Amino acid sequence: MIQLFKPRAPTEDHVLLRWALTLLALSFIGVFLILPLALVFREAFGDGFAAAWTAINEPDALSAIRLTLITAAIAVPLNAVFGIAASWAVAKFDFWGKGLLVTLIDLPFSISPVVSGLIYVLVFGLQGWFGESLRDHDIRIIFALPGIVLATIFVTFPFVARELIPLMSDQGREEEEAAVSLGASGLSTFWRVTLPNIKWGLLYGVLLCNARAMGEFGAVSVVSGHIRGLTDTMPLHIEALYNDYQYVGAFAVASLLALLALVTLTLKSILEWRYADEIAAVHHH
Amino acid sequence: MAALAPALRWRNPSALPGFGLSLGFTLFYLSALVLVPLAALVIRPWEIGWSGFWAVLSDPRVQHALKLSFGASLIAAAINTVFGLIVAWVLVRYRFPGKRLLDAVVDLPFALPTAVAGIALSALYARNGWIGQPLQQFGITVAYTPLGVVMALTFIGLPFVVRTLQPILVELNRESEEAAATLGATRFQTMRRVILPMLAPSLLTGAALAFARAVGEYGSVIFIAGNLPGVSEIAPLLIIIKLNENDYAGAAAIGVIMLALSFVMLLTLNLLQAWTASRR
Repeated sequence: MIQLFKPRAPTEDHVLLRWALTLLALSFIGVFLILPLALVFREAFGDGFAAAWTAINEPDALSAIRLTLITAAIAVPLNAVFGIAASWAVAKFDFWGKGLLVTLIDLPFSISPVVSGLIYVLVFGLQGWFGESLRDHDIRIIFALPGIVLATIFVTFPFVARELIPLMSDQGREEEEAAVSLGASGLSTFWRVTLPNIKWGLLYGVLLCNARAMGEFGAVSVVSGHIRGLTDTMPLHIEALYNDYQYVGAFAVASLLALLALVTLTLKSILEWRYADEIAAVHHH
Repeated sequence: MAALAPALRWRNPSALPGFGLSLGFTLFYLSALVLVPLAALVIRPWEIGWSGFWAVLSDPRVQHALKLSFGASLIAAAINTVFGLIVAWVLVRYRFPGKRLLDAVVDLPFALPTAVAGIALSALYARNGWIGQPLQQFGITVAYTPLGVVMALTFIGLPFVVRTLQPILVELNRESEEAAATLGATRFQTMRRVILPMLAPSLLTGAALAFARAVGEYGSVIFIAGNLPGVSEIAPLLIIIKLNENDYAGAAAIGVIMLALSFVMLLTLNLLQAWTASRR
């Protein structure tokens, strides 16, 4: 704790300044971050757990939960495989255009979620590039699961790759080169040398990727078509309920996603504390 | 070593397998899911030509939405620069109970789905909300005004500034602070003349990241904004409205202009940052 009567080192702030800044930081975080979170749970369970449970245990809500889980179950593994492939290519080999490739992988993070959905409408929508031929073959991408999955893949695209690329670059190539020169196949080298080295970093990336995949709103909103019980994911279902003034229902479903966020933050913090050396050193988001 | 490789070869030889497979898959996945769809966005507006493009952008409703999106993002980034600096400073330099918890909570806006944040902020700042009601006593209305947009964008941007500053603050060497103190500088002078200039580049970077995220933000804003055309309607929402009217080219035109403006903004800030770094 802060000691009032200890002489102050020249690089230490005055005790009053310390108190003032700490209080300021705590109140800013309290008002801007904690209050909204507290409100979600208060609004969801203020009328008792029964009302919230009724709102969740209802066909449209259950269908939204199912759709969100399916979407994440497709998008997250695909992006994880991509992340591993991209970081293997970038970290273990030298080739022309590597810097450009890394920049392009990060690109989806600097694009608005709405634009992320829009681009798939421009390709697969009825007036899009492939719109008419898709309609002729009776294939639905926009306003259906494939579109939702595509938009989700786009917004969560860089998560695993940007975690693994710096991590695998730092680890170098010696261990893998040793394994290969001793006669190990490429696959068993990856499985028994690389994967154990990157497992916590991979988990970290997958964790963040999953949180975003399940919570994505803007991009999915553009491609989903908002058909209740059919193409509404959890965030879209929350919007529909809220706009219908069904606040308890909206906040009840929202509390599930808020819980997911809290679990994600807890696991993320544990990984950062326990395995600090085994995940990438720098974490910009 | 790469520079020593023969100029004609496009990659250095390696003992490791899997180059073709991993790079091939990476390029295919990247092109199919990111590059080709983005090309569709850039090409689309040209079917209505320059005049059509210009007609979309000179629509007062579109101009207001763009002004609001960029203006509110700038204000939110400025608020986050000040408070992000304070939060990062407190987290790195001071010790107090619950510090780790506070540190973890900073990432909440990254983890909390934007729709959840959106309805929570909207309820919080509504006329009868926990914060909205007291503010109403002072005649300040947040919900359904541009101020509400700023509040939501401040929520979304805070972690960018804090997380960019933290590692820099940890590594900031205390010797220059000690030297300043030895030379008779007050603590305030040291902060203003020694510490702040050293932090300036990362402060700018954090602000730029927060700004870039805020410009495109949709979910956390639309509920609190109320989306009144010409008052609190943001640019991303206008894209969705155009799409619902089946005006693909119009939607793409706004999308392209947002993309271009944020790239220009990021480039400017990057140059500014390089200039700040070279000055030291």
